[in-house]
Amino acid sequence: MERIDSPEKLKALQQAAQKKQEEKESFITMCGGTGCQGSGCQKVIDKLKSEVEKRNLSDTIGIKITGCQGFCEQGPLMVIRPQGSFYIRLEPEDIPEILEETIENKKSVDRLLYTDPESQQKIEKEQDIPFYKHQKRLVFKNNGFIEPTEIDDYFNVDGYSALAKTLYEMSPEDVIEETIEANLRGRGGAGFPAGKKWKYCRQEEAEPKYLACNADEGDPGAYMDRSILEGNPHLVIEGMIIAAYAIGAHQGYIYVRAEYPLAVKHTKQAIEVAREYGLLGDNIMGTDFSFDLEVAEGAGAFVAGESTALMHSIEGKRPMPRQTPPRSVQQGLFGKPTVLNNVETFGNVPLIIMNGAEWFKSIGTENSKGAKIFSLVGKVNNTGLIEVPMGITLRKIVFDIGGGIPGGKKVKAVQTGGPSGGCIPEDLFDLKVDFDELSEAGSMMGSGGMVVMDEDTCMVDVAKFFLDFLKDESCGKCLPCRNGIPKMLDILTRITEGLGTEQDLIKLEDISKTIKKTALCGLGDSAPNPVLSTIEYFRDEYEAHIHDLACPAGVCPELIYYEVDPEECKACDRCKRACPVDAIAGEPGGDPYVIDNKICISCGTCIEECPFEAIAVIPGQQEGSEKVKRVAQK
Amino acid sequence: MAFETEELKAIDKIIAENLASKDQQKSPLLPVLQDIQKFYGWLPEKALIRASQKLSVPLVSLYGIASFYNEFRLKPLGDYHIVVCTGTACHVRGAPLLVSELERTLGIQVGEVTPDQKFSLETARCVGTCAVAPVIIVDGEYHGKISKKEVQQLVTELREEGE
Repeated sequence: MERIDSPEKLKALQQAAQKKQEEKESFITMCGGTGCQGSGCQKVIDKLKSEVEKRNLSDTIGIKITGCQGFCEQGPLMVIRPQGSFYIRLEPEDIPEILEETIENKKSVDRLLYTDPESQQKIEKEQDIPFYKHQKRLVFKNNGFIEPTEIDDYFNVDGYSALAKTLYEMSPEDVIEETIEANLRGRGGAGFPAGKKWKYCRQEEAEPKYLACNADEGDPGAYMDRSILEGNPHLVIEGMIIAAYAIGAHQGYIYVRAEYPLAVKHTKQAIEVAREYGLLGDNIMGTDFSFDLEVAEGAGAFVAGESTALMHSIEGKRPMPRQTPPRSVQQGLFGKPTVLNNVETFGNVPLIIMNGAEWFKSIGTENSKGAKIFSLVGKVNNTGLIEVPMGITLRKIVFDIGGGIPGGKKVKAVQTGGPSGGCIPEDLFDLKVDFDELSEAGSMMGSGGMVVMDEDTCMVDVAKFFLDFLKDESCGKCLPCRNGIPKMLDILTRITEGLGTEQDLIKLEDISKTIKKTALCGLGDSAPNPVLSTIEYFRDEYEAHIHDLACPAGVCPELIYYEVDPEECKACDRCKRACPVDAIAGEPGGDPYVIDNKICISCGTCIEECPFEAIAVIPGQQEGSEKVKRVAQK
Repeated sequence: MAFETEELKAIDKIIAENLASKDQQKSPLLPVLQDIQKFYGWLPEKALIRASQKLSVPLVSLYGIASFYNEFRLKPLGDYHIVVCTGTACHVRGAPLLVSELERTLGIQVGEVTPDQKFSLETARCVGTCAVAPVIIVDGEYHGKISKKEVQQLVTELREEGE
């Protein structure tokens, strides 16, 4: 393999890759992201490969197994280019028909197209589907075109041109100025301007300097970084080399969580290939700039996403955060000046260098520029990864892109920012999604998790869920976090079991204030957010739990009961057979069945089994078999 | 708990390789534990003791790291290892009910192994496949949008497969 020792050499490789691409009549791209893997895409891919082989189509048809294309809900996904046909929910059996119809007869297979839920029209092309139409794909733009293990595919989309421009046309100061001018704010959640961070680090006298990429992505409900690394690792590597040039670092680390085996694999592989091409290592692209990268595998600890803890973890130690200042740009990895940015931040860097700060600034709001990737998940029709311009409203995201709430349910809130964020109620859905507005509403941008909650989601249970998570993930170094979170969790648990008092809400707010003021690191500091935001916006739900002993959303097992509607019950016996605790009485074909709520554990199995929708969840206590009394007596 | 010769060689090799890493500034503790776990699938006490001796590090420091990170296991897995994702998206789509269903079906709690060593059950904080929630992972294979009924079927199939 020839090393790239000049911009001309790179250009030649890019042209060769484009030519190679043009030799094929069409490309069938299958999404091989983890979401589609979960929907069984591997079997479809195997079938596709063997059918293409069998039909001797290998010369004219190229197959690409890409990273995540975003619309995970509808996976396994396939796009055929240049035709543009977009097929969803594929099964291996669909492959022969696709090859015959779309490849040979140039017609689309209607039954595999996406159906617009509103108009019931079939939509052929990806870009016309509402889920994609309202997006602004920058970092994510090429995910659907690139086979992550093929550097040629990255060359084909002008990959590494930004690096050539950086090394041959710009000084490190130029790069920093351009990034500051673009106002690229950290995509990991806090929103600190990346260019300023680089500038501070460059100003430090201590050597060597280090660069690190945070791909720990511990927020439950978020998987953007995983999908970028899995789908387009060279983009991140290119962004990192540019940043390293700007700050004067010669060694960098990509810290990936071990739960993401495919991201680890693709990143390691891409680093190796980049090294072979002379894009990493000594004398990059024939210049005197040298920089190398290494993958550091995390071992599953949420706190390791905190910058000082992450650096301890890269050093091979326990990820305990430390007091700041000194900031990482002064004393980071191995005590040396270190810049830590998130995957998505690095992903934006080559785009800014290529298109300029003015272009980047033309997208977004006054203080939040560019686009942001979110994982739109939870109780929403179109789940998946979306990249939207800053300043888009939550309403547009949930309803236009997300297609609303499944089953005609009513939306209740959107949770952003993971365990550090908060829940934003439906009446605030017109606020613009950017760093500042979300913080004002008591949540935060976070890394990009966006979990939609409907009327069946209990907000007290959600707050409890996050605290339970944080209790496990607290490192235990500082007292407020170590003891405060379990105490709050205790109170929330009591409330969900019907043992709460009005005083509990005051206590929760009180402890929250103390933790916020005194915790050592960001984890503790933001830990009360899910509780505070739910108390602020959903106080009535807390009060229903406390005063009425009822969970209005029908979630908390002690504060609900199940009831069979005698009108609807056909005495089919299914529920009785399915009940794991024998709480249902009745004879097949006889009187309507009856659930004994003294025995029932509210597991929901009977509701799933009942074909007549005859079993309902009722918030509150059933007379004669009050569950809360049972708890009190224990 | 004695070592087989091969085993001992493998552990010593892991330690030697990590000590020889070019990055001398880095503490070898985390990577050594990761490699030992890759070898066994978990961290047996004897291997930790060996590592502690070879690295001249107190056993408690190794235990500190092993118990801090979620990835490490101090118990072996079952033949089939089931992980239920309990991230936010899975939580609001019913993951807690899947967990209790599996606990009932397998007769063990999260973190335990069935007496016949066939199944082990764990929860994960988020496996990053939120769009197809709820998700369970069986021996590394992702099953998205899974219902309680499908979980039952899956366990039944695995039980039969093992017989």
